[in-house]
Amino acid sequence: MSVVAAAGLTKRFGEVTALDDVTFTLTGDKIYGLLGRNGAGKTTLMQLITGQNSGTSGDLMLFGERPYENERVLSRVVFIKESQTYPTAYQVRHVLSLAKRLFPNWDEDFAQSLVDDFDLPRKRKVRKLSRGMLSALGVTIGLAARAPLTFFDEPYLGLDAVARQLFYDRLLADYAENPRTVVLSTHLIDEVADLIEHVLLLDRGKLLLDAPSDELRGEVVEASGPAAAVDEFAAAHQALHREQLGGAVRASLRGSFDDAERTRAKKLGIDLAPVSLQQAVVRLTTERTNAR
Amino acid sequence: MDDGRPIFVQIAEMIENSIIDGTYAEETQVPSTNELAAFHRINPATAAKGINRLVDDGLLYKRRGIGMFVATGAVETLRERRRREFSDQYVRPLIEEARKLGIGTEELKKLIDTGEEQR
Repeated sequence: MSVVAAAGLTKRFGEVTALDDVTFTLTGDKIYGLLGRNGAGKTTLMQLITGQNSGTSGDLMLFGERPYENERVLSRVVFIKESQTYPTAYQVRHVLSLAKRLFPNWDEDFAQSLVDDFDLPRKRKVRKLSRGMLSALGVTIGLAARAPLTFFDEPYLGLDAVARQLFYDRLLADYAENPRTVVLSTHLIDEVADLIEHVLLLDRGKLLLDAPSDELRGEVVEASGPAAAVDEFAAAHQALHREQLGGAVRASLRGSFDDAERTRAKKLGIDLAPVSLQQAVVRLTTERTNAR
Repeated sequence: MDDGRPIFVQIAEMIENSIIDGTYAEETQVPSTNELAAFHRINPATAAKGINRLVDDGLLYKRRGIGMFVATGAVETLRERRRREFSDQYVRPLIEEARKLGIGTEELKKLIDTGEEQR
């Protein structure tokens, strides 16, 4: 059974279509990257999946049931979002004991070790926490909840590079021991590129891409060389971007680059360079902007 | 860790290199999927895919309940495979670059001899 199944999912806010006919399936035990620009619909999608809102049309199933106002399935989900708020009069330890009661799979030892890792002051009130400490508290809850479906929506506001690396390392280690479905929504694509097994890319409410990240990495390359040669080579592929400097051209191409194509490139005197996941996403999402 | 090829291929190749240079000797255990994932900071599924590729090639084998081990003969298999790929990967690009620079065959041979002497 799939963990999440969306079919033709659409969400409108008045005139604005935040999600437009989105169809995908999340199978169990994978780390997904939910990527896209601001306003692409990422947060809306997560709100629908976590039952905080209902779609305008289309169908959405969570563990085989509809999530909206459905306590039974929602107890299996944890959603940590950017600027997560907690009761301000509570101390850190109170928030944690609340979370402990909320999540059936809660691991108290793990939670306490994360509190130590992030240097969280247990007795400090929520309203006195810095932005980074609030984020660390969110990350702690999101990880220790061990929910079968775990969402992190830009959870790192105020977290420095060291704390973010700590988060990635703890996530990876715990995920290896306790596989579950994790969805990471982030702008820091390069930081999580190697963690993500599968990419969902949203662009203006539409699902632009639904593919294993390994596949995506091989699908986009940067070809550079003499203009005529690059253009000849590019004709067989989808050109996402093209820059020219004198007689030299650099083009981002999407397609299938097997050994035969690589040999053809070499013979034309073209250099094929890989692009990072972040670069691929930038090219794929700006291509549509240019085309408009 | 990014040269454009799928990460699992790069993981497999790293283990292959360690087998060839003797870091992982034949009949010794290689790191587990989770150890590889934590060390390289990659998804465990990706690490598993890399390991499985080597199992499919007969370079690693599984001892039930213990882990993955380097198969006997793995070093020889890898050396043979790399020798077959040597011409494509190293010699041909060398000749192409030499042509571009106007270095003739005789000069190229001389350069190789000199390089050998300087090792």
